[in-house]
Amino acid sequence: MRYIDYMQLNPFQKIGYNLSNFFKKLPSNIARFFKALGKLIVGFFVGIGKGFANYGKRFVKGDVFVKLSYLIFGVSNMVRGQIIKGLLFLVTEAAYICFMLFFGINYISKFPTLGTVETTEKLSADGFTYETVYGDNSMLILLYGVLVIVVTILVFAIYLANTKSAFKVYEDKRDGKKILSFREEIKQFFDERFHITLMSVPCTLIGCFTILPLIFMILIAFTNYDNAHQPPGNLFTWVGLKNFADLVSVTNGATKAKTFVNLAEWTVVWAIFATFSNYIAGMIVALMINKKGIKLKALWRTLFVVVIAVPQFVSLLLMSQMLQENGAVNQFLSVITGQNVAIKFLNSSALVARVTVIVVNIWIGIPYTILITSGILMNIPADLYESATIDGAGPVKSFMKITLPYMLFVTTPYLITSFIGNINNFNVIYLLTNGGPSTEEYYNAGHTDILVTWLFKLTMGQTHDYNLAAAIGILVFIVCATLSLITFNLTKSAKDEEAFS
Amino acid sequence: MIKSYKLRRSLANAVIYIILAVLGIIWVAPLAYLVMQSFSADPGAVPQTLIPETFGFNNYVRLFTETESLNFPRWYINTFVVACFSCVISTISVLMVAYAFSRLRFKSRKKFINIGMILGMFPGFMTMIAIYYLLKAMGLTQTLVALVICYSAGAGLGFQISKGFFDTIPRALDEAATIDGATKNQVFWKIILPMSKPIVVYTVLTAFIGPWTDFILAKIIMGDKVDNYTVAIGLQKMLDNDHLDKWFKRFLSGSVLVAVPVTLLFLKMQNYYVEGVTAGGVKG
Repeated sequence: MRYIDYMQLNPFQKIGYNLSNFFKKLPSNIARFFKALGKLIVGFFVGIGKGFANYGKRFVKGDVFVKLSYLIFGVSNMVRGQIIKGLLFLVTEAAYICFMLFFGINYISKFPTLGTVETTEKLSADGFTYETVYGDNSMLILLYGVLVIVVTILVFAIYLANTKSAFKVYEDKRDGKKILSFREEIKQFFDERFHITLMSVPCTLIGCFTILPLIFMILIAFTNYDNAHQPPGNLFTWVGLKNFADLVSVTNGATKAKTFVNLAEWTVVWAIFATFSNYIAGMIVALMINKKGIKLKALWRTLFVVVIAVPQFVSLLLMSQMLQENGAVNQFLSVITGQNVAIKFLNSSALVARVTVIVVNIWIGIPYTILITSGILMNIPADLYESATIDGAGPVKSFMKITLPYMLFVTTPYLITSFIGNINNFNVIYLLTNGGPSTEEYYNAGHTDILVTWLFKLTMGQTHDYNLAAAIGILVFIVCATLSLITFNLTKSAKDEEAFS
Repeated sequence: MIKSYKLRRSLANAVIYIILAVLGIIWVAPLAYLVMQSFSADPGAVPQTLIPETFGFNNYVRLFTETESLNFPRWYINTFVVACFSCVISTISVLMVAYAFSRLRFKSRKKFINIGMILGMFPGFMTMIAIYYLLKAMGLTQTLVALVICYSAGAGLGFQISKGFFDTIPRALDEAATIDGATKNQVFWKIILPMSKPIVVYTVLTAFIGPWTDFILAKIIMGDKVDNYTVAIGLQKMLDNDHLDKWFKRFLSGSVLVAVPVTLLFLKMQNYYVEGVTAGGVKG
């Protein structure tokens, strides 16, 4: 299709065209992805090879102090006047050796088995009481094992930097170049190498409190760290892909798989309803507020926005109380109908509870849509509407034919993002129903639980099935990441289009 | 003809006014209920009528005086302290990372940005068990320090919005300053920062509001140490089976006390919020 044909399509067709294109190109894209991945891997190894080659070259070319630096950090720097820098290298090495001797070796050696010594009860010396003799703690072995590996990688990077610096200072001295003093090097960190100064602290924090725990949890998904294997009493060990198999193998009586499949279904249904109901309803309200001739626009907008300004846990906890059998909603209905109404919104039937959750979510979510779409709605050229009115289109028709296609076209990324947000929408479900109405059919979950609230219950509830929770987390991540990739692709195509015109 | 058009338009507007009014009432009603019942002086802890019959400050007074079992003022101070500290730390790290990604060109910058995006896609509390044990190993569980660390440690990942803003500041300014001999550090403090007031305000406010509204993390870290609770888990505690019957109205007044400052801050932040969200995704 030529560009001019494309421009003449209406936005729906454009989206359809883009989508079909997306799927048509998918195989070749996937192939390209794997090719790129292959290239990346090859490049990675080539890079490592080059690194080692340079590493060796530096060793061969350098003098005796450079060679010594390969064993004892910082010698070359110290000999050639960079005392403080050399000392810092040396201190790093000493600290790492101490760390490994007194801490690391112990954990890293047990890492492949996650511990073998069971905790036992032993008759104590007086012959009457039992005392516990603690064996290996699999959890700590795994956690500290990961820590040791990360630290080792970091130290290795410092080691490489050390050899580089050792060789450079040797070359500079040989060529009669000026050797930078410590003060001058520090100065560099505020100018040419300012990025290192800026990034180091946030990266360390993220490394400690995001990446390290993440690696830990991903590894947990491949162990049997469940209710029956709780350290320090019991050991747990590697089980490979068993947890994932448990989640998907639907055989009779397998409650875990049944729960997973049902909850996954409900999660998708919930995400679709929550996203689109908010999107369309919010847009209609935004259109009404922004309509020409409507006064007090700021007031109307504020009325809605106040709802999101109030912390979600306050409004949701309040709602959960108001929807109880003797809560405000039932009182209100009683006053209106004159009869005694006592509907159990949240804890009788699954269907009622699910519908209630979606409706309450509309209450919470519409204001967000109003905030975000208002600006874009104003950008739709007014003459489009005028000509539509002249041609005899009513408000419904012009909404369906003009507003919706335009908005869909512009806000697809936002829609997908909010879809992902709803898959992970912990607050609404947890605070409103806590997953209820509860059921015996599911493994530790209720009828309105979505996957992430189930994950939370599995880790923080009565049972501690960390392995299952981690596996669910990984699956949710894969879904969300795929969706994000698609979004990214779509926006990229939109950008290319702009470049074209 | 013109007359009938005018008539039709004002009729349409009237219908819209009515719909907006009804919707507005529905949207604000629960909050109005919250505020009214928090000032209720009716006997009994659970409201029997939609609108209380007598009004008074009874619930608020009791919230601050009867602190033996649930200590609301203490929670309030806890949250405020945590919010202040994590606000300072998060703001600094967000701005640092955003500046580095937006203005400095260094090896593997793109890779860092992508890794940051991927990390943001994991469900947040998947890592919490590990964080919990890490903090335990440091002997920090059930303390406010742990909360500050948790709220501000990952803050650097939220660099996108600020980076987007920094990207809009013309590069010619930096270059001019560099020619005049300014270091990258000075460029950041003297040029970028003074020009980015809106985004700094936005970052500060988001970071400050975070601890007031989050409760999953606080719940996991604090466990049963009721004295170190933040308002969010504290208020949820008032609604558990042991307390609900006596504490419901005090829960309402506590909620008002939390919601009012947060609401005011949010309304102030609103405009920046829209700019931030639309700048990243919607421009397309």
